[in-house]
Amino acid sequence: MERVVFYLMAIGAVGSAVWMIFATNTVHSALALVANFFALAVMYLLLEAHFLAIVQIIVYAGAIMVLFLFVIMLLGVDRKDSLRETIRFQVPLAYLFVAGLLGLLIYTVRAAFDRTPFQGLQQANAAGNTQGLGRLLFTHYLFPFEVTSLLLIVAAIGAMVIGKRRAPSETEPEDEDA
Amino acid sequence: MISPSAYLALAAILFSIGVLGVLLRRNALVIFMSIELMLNAVNLTLITFARMRGTLDGQVLAFFVIAVAAAEVVVGLAIIVAMFRRKQSASVDDARLFKW
Repeated sequence: MERVVFYLMAIGAVGSAVWMIFATNTVHSALALVANFFALAVMYLLLEAHFLAIVQIIVYAGAIMVLFLFVIMLLGVDRKDSLRETIRFQVPLAYLFVAGLLGLLIYTVRAAFDRTPFQGLQQANAAGNTQGLGRLLFTHYLFPFEVTSLLLIVAAIGAMVIGKRRAPSETEPEDEDA
Repeated sequence: MISPSAYLALAAILFSIGVLGVLLRRNALVIFMSIELMLNAVNLTLITFARMRGTLDGQVLAFFVIAVAAAEVVVGLAIIVAMFRRKQSASVDDARLFKW
C-alpha cells in the first residue's frame, strides 16, 4: 500500500515539476507547482509528518501560490517565448550540468543511505505529531522561533517599502496608493 | 516498506529539476517557482531524515524552512513587481540596471 502511494505520488511530483519548468504560460507553471505541493504533502503523510503535511497545503498551496497568482495577474500573462537561448551554449551546458548534479546526488544517496532503515517516529509521535513538534519548538528551538517572528515582520515591511510606487518627482508622495 | 534512499532519490530528482528551471528559464516568476521547488525538495530530505533517525528535529527544521520561504516569497515578488514597473518586463534578460 505504501509502495503504491509512494510511486504514484513520485510520478506525480516529478511530472508536475517537469511540466512547471517547460510550460510557456506562467499560469500553467503555477498550477503545476500546486500539483507538486499536493504530491509532496502526501509524501509528508507517508513520512509521519502529519502537521507539516497540512502546513504544506495551507501555507504553500494556499498562501504562497495565491501570492504568485496575484503577481502573475498584476504583471499580465505575456506569451513571449521565454525558452530561447540568449547566451551561447547555455541550454546544452545547463542540461550537462544538471545531469552531472543529479548523478552525483543519486550516487551519494545510494552510497550513504542504501542500507539504512527507517527507525520510525512511533516513539516521538506518541503524544501526537503536533504536540511533539510544539514541545520541541517552544523548548529547544525557542530562540530560532522568536527570530522567525522578527524575520516575518521585517519581510512584511520590506515588501511594502519595495513595492511602493514612487512619485514621478521622487519628492512628493502620490495620494492614490499611499 | 520503502527504504529512505527512495525518498532521498526523489528529493534529488526534484532538486535537479529546480536547478534546470533556474538555468533554462528567462521569466523571473518561473525562476522563482523553481527556487520554491528546490526548497521543497530539501524539506522532503529533512523530513525523511527525521523519520530515519526517529526524532522530530528534522521536522522542526523543515517548519523553519517553510517560514523563511514565505518571507522570501514576499520580498522576492515585491522586487519582481518593482522591476516590472521600471522595465515593463519580467524577463531577467531585461534586468540590467547597472548597465546602460
